[in-house]
Amino acid sequence: MINTGDTAWLLISAAMVMFMTPGLALFYGGMVRRKNLLSTIMMSFVCLGLVTVLWMTYGYSIGFAPSTSGFFGGLGFVALRGVGQEPSAVYASTTPHLAFMVFQGMFAIITVALFTGAVVERIKFSALLLFAALWLTFIYSPVAHWVWGEGGWLLEFGALDFAGGAVVHINAGFTALALVLLLGKRKGFPAEAMLPNSIPLVVIGTAILWFGWFGFNAGSALGSNGLAASAFTATHLSAATAAVTWMFLSWRHNRPTVLGTATGAVAGLVAITPAAGFVPPIAAIPIGIGVSVIGFYSMLLLKERLGFDDSLDVFAVHGMGGIFGALATGIFASTAVNPAGADGLMYAGFGLFFKQAVSVLAVGAFAFFGSLVLGKLVDMTVGLRVGSVEETVGLDLSQHAERAYGGSIR
Amino acid sequence: MKKVEAIIREEKLRAVIGGLEENGYFGLTITEVSGRGRQKGLTLQGRAREYKVDLLPKVKVEVVVMDSDVPLIINTIARLSRTGEIGDGKIFIIPVEDAVRIRTGEVGVNTI
Repeated sequence: MINTGDTAWLLISAAMVMFMTPGLALFYGGMVRRKNLLSTIMMSFVCLGLVTVLWMTYGYSIGFAPSTSGFFGGLGFVALRGVGQEPSAVYASTTPHLAFMVFQGMFAIITVALFTGAVVERIKFSALLLFAALWLTFIYSPVAHWVWGEGGWLLEFGALDFAGGAVVHINAGFTALALVLLLGKRKGFPAEAMLPNSIPLVVIGTAILWFGWFGFNAGSALGSNGLAASAFTATHLSAATAAVTWMFLSWRHNRPTVLGTATGAVAGLVAITPAAGFVPPIAAIPIGIGVSVIGFYSMLLLKERLGFDDSLDVFAVHGMGGIFGALATGIFASTAVNPAGADGLMYAGFGLFFKQAVSVLAVGAFAFFGSLVLGKLVDMTVGLRVGSVEETVGLDLSQHAERAYGGSIR
Repeated sequence: MKKVEAIIREEKLRAVIGGLEENGYFGLTITEVSGRGRQKGLTLQGRAREYKVDLLPKVKVEVVVMDSDVPLIINTIARLSRTGEIGDGKIFIIPVEDAVRIRTGEVGVNTI
């Protein structure tokens, strides 16, 4: 039975999540050097096209068609067969099935765009496209099935992921780590300073992400109701807390940077994602503080101590943030907030926390090793990395034959 | 006094500034410029055909030095900005007649 309020909110949420991907393009674009600004924007923006087409032809089916194995959805929804104006029997049963499908499609798009932040300034555009298509098919869609699909094994197991802590953030974070290992450092890293070309772009991007995240998390209530309001509140509070926390951390190490404050806001949004609809909104304060501390120090450790060139810190923010958020869900979740959830460490035993840890390990390991294999495959066929001269000139000119800013020179 | 005008790669700027400081030259002027050398820019291989990148972004470093320091400064800049690939840039040496420190009115080599 279609509920008009629920349908309106779900469609608006889908549009808001769509807007996050160009927001991410600006967030990442502002952080690279000027010669790679367009190519970085393109890596996110192209996902709106590529992933949408794949999702609607077969990705949604792999993710959400009912399965018996628990690992892959069936082929029941290929080419949107049986996905129409009537509600689905199992997903968002008060809205048209198409609304749920398109909402989920927006998640797939941004997840692919997320891991591009680790490989900017050196990956070949053709390699990125090929990898993105393979990754959506063999990593994202199956993982979405495990966690959210009818019959998915992690869903049956009882792991909780409200809006994509595992499916989106842990998944993208571990993929980023695998690609960094395959690609290696950018030419000149870490001896040469690689400074952001425009921090205002980063801030605009952050603002768009923050706005869109209300659709991402509160929309995942799949209804226009109290749970949506609770998730909305938790989302906002976590972003706010984490932004302030990261600001103080950067202050302790030097000055309260704008870049750090924006990064903190995104980290807070990441951590609350799996928890938003299961925890009391006030739990967003410890979650927001925790994720910034963990994200900040894992960024320093990975980049400055271990010398991993995860260019825009995708693993530190999304990988570590996603892990922390998934585990925090196992601590703070309460059936008083969401009867469909479970009670975490604060209210019951270790049961849920253990299940959350299993889901972190399963999704993290699958994304990491799966991406290593797919990445290697792409490297052996089209080659992952641009040539040395192309990297020096910048990917805007060498991959797209365009410059970000016009005029006769520069 | 001579003005040393070096057109170098953007990514080598920090190293060059550090090298100048080590030799006692702290004052300098930096400009973002575009240009090309003998090769008329770069020719890159596209999928179907070659295409040209005519003007490439560089950084121009201007520093005024004492005559006796000219070889040292040239060596420092060249050593720190060389990669061996096309596009490492050029150094020009220009005579300077006089100089004035605006705040105090000092003139000559004392100003550098």
